[in-house]
Amino acid sequence: MLVHSLFFYFFSIIAVFSAIMVTISKNTIYSVFFLILVFVSVSILFIMIGAEFLGMIMLIVYVGAVAVLFLFVVMMLNIVEQVTKRSSRKGFINYISVGSIVGAIIFLELLVVIGGWKYKGTFIPLSDININVDLSNTHVLGNILYTDYIHLFQIAGMILLVAMIGAITLTFSKRENIKRQNYFEQIQREKTNAVSLVDVKSGKGVKLDD
Amino acid sequence: MIEIGLGHYLTLAAIIFTIGIIGIFLNRKNVIIILMSIELILLAANINLVSFSIYLQNIVGQVFTMFILTVAAAEAAVGLAIIVIYYKNKGSIDVEHIDSLKG
Repeated sequence: MLVHSLFFYFFSIIAVFSAIMVTISKNTIYSVFFLILVFVSVSILFIMIGAEFLGMIMLIVYVGAVAVLFLFVVMMLNIVEQVTKRSSRKGFINYISVGSIVGAIIFLELLVVIGGWKYKGTFIPLSDININVDLSNTHVLGNILYTDYIHLFQIAGMILLVAMIGAITLTFSKRENIKRQNYFEQIQREKTNAVSLVDVKSGKGVKLDD
Repeated sequence: MIEIGLGHYLTLAAIIFTIGIIGIFLNRKNVIIILMSIELILLAANINLVSFSIYLQNIVGQVFTMFILTVAAAEAAVGLAIIVIYYKNKGSIDVEHIDSLKG
């Protein structure tokens, strides 16, 4: 148990430190790297408490896709230049008071909720969807995800599809003066208006109108 | 202190959630940091769901964590696309310069 608590404190301290660094670091690229560190530490915590599948999915989805997307956008937009020519920090003092007060209140409320959980009444767990300890975490998750939650699963797929189409249509820009393929015109070409027989006189050559 | 229970994980989630909220408020740099703070908030929600799922021996929490992951990925993709076209149009994504809705 001591080892478990040591690991928990190790990874959670790393996660909290990196989360703070995400918000306060000057360079946006460093923020993305610290975000990756947060996700890695939390996914290790997930694996530690027995949600192995979700820990791996967190690694794949967040670190593999979302963080790389962030990095890609940060590098594409040339933000380092923006930071140097940033004008002033006069608004910072105004926001630091409000932000700190709101953050402190939210944190205290969350602590009150966590403390209140200890003094709850007798809790009756839903007995029908319990975790079967004989099966692995992935097996249990698949058993319930593809049976009881199949509609939600498919709607999640639709959400991803809509997000993909939205991102493409937002960033798609039609460029002018570039030759593109037009399938309908290409298929509709016929022999009569595409090929013609020309009598070529010897020594004269032939002139084609384009 | 030694025995790691549900409260420890919930406290960790609360700390990360609060850091995300404060990050949105205190951010004076660019909008991408705000998106990252939203990712932190969603991560805190995930920690809550997973720790309750393990503590109550009920798998549904992990199922919903997967859906939160889906929504987070979709939100990041669309948000970054919006940031890209905003940068194309205005040439800057500083928070201070994005005040067209101020009136």
